[in-house]
Amino acid sequence: MSDAFKPRDENEIVEAVAWAASGGKKLEVVGQGSKRGIGRAAQYDSTLDVSGLSGVALYEPEELVFSAKAGTPMVEIEKLLADNKQEFAFEPMDLGPILGGEAEAGTIGGMLAVNFSGPRRIKAGAARDHALGVKAVSGRAEIFKAGGRVVKNVTGYDLPKLMAGSFGTLAVMTEITLKVLPVAEDAETVLALGLSDTRAVEAMALAMGSACDVSGAAHLPQKVAAKLPMKSAANTSVTAFRLEGIAPSIAYRREKMEAMLKSFGSLAVLQADVSRAFWRAVRDVVPFSGKKSSALWRLSVTPSAGAKIGGAISAATGAEVLYDWAGGLIWVEMPDENPHEQAVRSAINGEGHALLVRATPSVRASANVFGSLNEGLAKVTRSMKEGFDPKGVLNPGRMYAGI
Amino acid sequence: MSLVMPELDRRVLGRRAEIVAALRAIVPGEGVIDSATEMKPYESDGLTAYRALPMVVVLPSTVEQVSQVLRYCYEQKIKVVPRGAGTSLSGGSLPLEDAVLLGMAKFNRVLEIDYENRVAVVQPGVTNLGVTKAVEHEGFYYAPDPSSQIACSIGGNIAENSGGVHCLKYGMTMNNVLGVEMVLITGEVLRIGGKYLDADGYDFLSVIIGSEGLLGVVTEVTVRILKKPETARAVLVGFPTSEAAGDCVAKIIGSGIIPAGMEMMDKYAIEAAEAFVHAGYPLDVEALLIVELDGPEAECSSLLDRVSEIAKSCGATTLRASNSEEERINFWAGRKAAFPAVGRISPDYYCMDGTIPRGKLPLVLSRMRELSKQYNLRVANVFHAGDGNLHPLILYDANQADELHRAESFGADILKLCVEVGGVLTGEHGVGVEKRDLMPTMFNETDLAQQQRLKCAFDAEGLLNPGKVFPKLHRCAELGRMHIHAGKVPFPDLPRF
Repeated sequence: MSDAFKPRDENEIVEAVAWAASGGKKLEVVGQGSKRGIGRAAQYDSTLDVSGLSGVALYEPEELVFSAKAGTPMVEIEKLLADNKQEFAFEPMDLGPILGGEAEAGTIGGMLAVNFSGPRRIKAGAARDHALGVKAVSGRAEIFKAGGRVVKNVTGYDLPKLMAGSFGTLAVMTEITLKVLPVAEDAETVLALGLSDTRAVEAMALAMGSACDVSGAAHLPQKVAAKLPMKSAANTSVTAFRLEGIAPSIAYRREKMEAMLKSFGSLAVLQADVSRAFWRAVRDVVPFSGKKSSALWRLSVTPSAGAKIGGAISAATGAEVLYDWAGGLIWVEMPDENPHEQAVRSAINGEGHALLVRATPSVRASANVFGSLNEGLAKVTRSMKEGFDPKGVLNPGRMYAGI
Repeated sequence: MSLVMPELDRRVLGRRAEIVAALRAIVPGEGVIDSATEMKPYESDGLTAYRALPMVVVLPSTVEQVSQVLRYCYEQKIKVVPRGAGTSLSGGSLPLEDAVLLGMAKFNRVLEIDYENRVAVVQPGVTNLGVTKAVEHEGFYYAPDPSSQIACSIGGNIAENSGGVHCLKYGMTMNNVLGVEMVLITGEVLRIGGKYLDADGYDFLSVIIGSEGLLGVVTEVTVRILKKPETARAVLVGFPTSEAAGDCVAKIIGSGIIPAGMEMMDKYAIEAAEAFVHAGYPLDVEALLIVELDGPEAECSSLLDRVSEIAKSCGATTLRASNSEEERINFWAGRKAAFPAVGRISPDYYCMDGTIPRGKLPLVLSRMRELSKQYNLRVANVFHAGDGNLHPLILYDANQADELHRAESFGADILKLCVEVGGVLTGEHGVGVEKRDLMPTMFNETDLAQQQRLKCAFDAEGLLNPGKVFPKLHRCAELGRMHIHAGKVPFPDLPRF
């Protein structure tokens, strides 16, 4: 068994990292470990568990700003924000259901390190867009800070945003400052039923290119829609468009949407609570949470190419797909544990990239989870890693071999 | 000017003729400028207090030329200062006398407009407004709108992470760019991002945007374009005190409304703007707010009513909502002309750019009034109130002995005050040379060293735009060393399990 460190403050993190760096040890950096299954399978000497660094450092609702220690549980934070009618507008995803873990697990540090945003990403941006400030311990065992607590800030490089999606390979975050926003007063969802994937992507492009201010655009083919937790009247594919804001504005935009979409197929509307439950299920990819052993991919692609890419992968592998972000985010669930990496990557063909989110340990040991970088990007990626973590102490090998 | 720039490289200066000839071989004809008269227009940017003639100006027109110029400079260890439209307000493109000034103005084409994916692919020399112009016939626009948008280039916007009056709702350049093609100092061409949303691997765009020309030279940009809202309406609100105006801003946001724009002006700025453009601003108020709401008509009018109610409850003495597009544009005319308007009431002015937590506004304004007395210089304030970005305009006369120096000291004190109350040195104008030496008020040595290591990942020789952003230049090799005292701390108290 390897050692596990559970530091209580950033100075103890410094000690642990210094120990690892001086002794050539590799640390696995975790919060609650809820997303531990994502990434390449790598060998670590010890675990650095930062869940002991917990607590809200600053929350000023009128300033739209929130800071917490990196190990603070997301569920506590989201409750606090909700009590103040605020939220993280990027809808951080709860990975519990698809990874076979508990729902509502995870810390704010893990959330930013993974940077998986929900349906509103198309309107509000990703977690990275809302990251304002960070304090962290580098692989050099040095505490540094970057950014600040204000929204508009160009003082120095925007390292808080660089931390987003770096999977703990650059630094151990200790405190994170994010922008928060008011929760919309009302929400409704317009559904178009029975569309093919191709037609659905066209309809979503039309809606996104309108002034209807759509804050969610997803398409669930019939078999995937059937796995939604809520009852659906029609046994068809579902293409959904979310409208949020104040009631009179939603009413006006709903009429516009209905006029725009009527040539596509029959329409339906989900009201407030059902609408919220629907988008939560899309956010957490609930339809793909049933089979824990089947390989699951997350693709970020050019939206208009979505149906083509999803279709090619399905045809080659028998996979099921769910489209979010107007076609720009595709979740692909393989029939079994075979990830069919070649089929996935060749379907994308330069129009985005894919991350293998769920795979069995043996697959993770051999698959190219994050894909491969071209030579130029690989070089900068290596230099970047070296600048933050020259000894390769922090989550080495989790994203790419040698990084 | 007290600014210390990197030591001149005599070896490079001594080879000037040879270097010019080599650059001419890469960029033929008028693309290389080496006469002092013709280089004169490049001697400064928007921060005109600082000037220097570059060693030579190069204006490439292809990516291949950019790549070759940079590779040549890299091999010969020649410094390079990139330049877009030269509108930087922080000296980001201030030339160095021993450096090549690389002007990107010839990269001025819109390459592709893709309405289906709501993106435009443009060259970096296209102006900010040029992007909107290229798509507005289809009802689209590019959201970031810095005041210099007629002139400033998208490449420069990337370098500075430019904002504008609407970034409260629509974000800054950072939030509206999906991809770039960038040439490194080694001449290597990188493509980062594309028409998709999330980054592949590390989010390099997040550090390239706002990097002030220190990481590479951008040669192509993919920006998001948005459908123009159906309506926009603005309301002018006057207050007897700036405290009441600040309170109103907090209450509007606290009520859950995020306006498209929310600007504040103080008495000096109001008077100067009104005298200049006759926007109909009230002159009997201490602070004026312009609140803009956009979206469907039903949404605008409903939110406008709520904003008006809040304003009244905060003691507004003037309240006027726009009832036509002409009227709305007129409301903005004064604000948009605030800088030149202030220029009319003073021979010179110095524009600052700190950001503060909104709630600290009354405190900062009152401290600023004290500083104004102390330095015996007037100050006018325009303020992106929604996001806390303050633009104090310090009025001075460069012909009076020591007034520029006093203005600079006054400005530095304002920025230190911003940091002291929890804010930052620059919200959207960049560090450049202007705020370079103030960086230690916000960051300690370790913070700055970590930032410089990031720079080293792109430019290990420190040839791109040296003397900007970082107060001290460290060699990358020196920064790369690790000093860990192994075994010094046995961490006996560190819990293990």
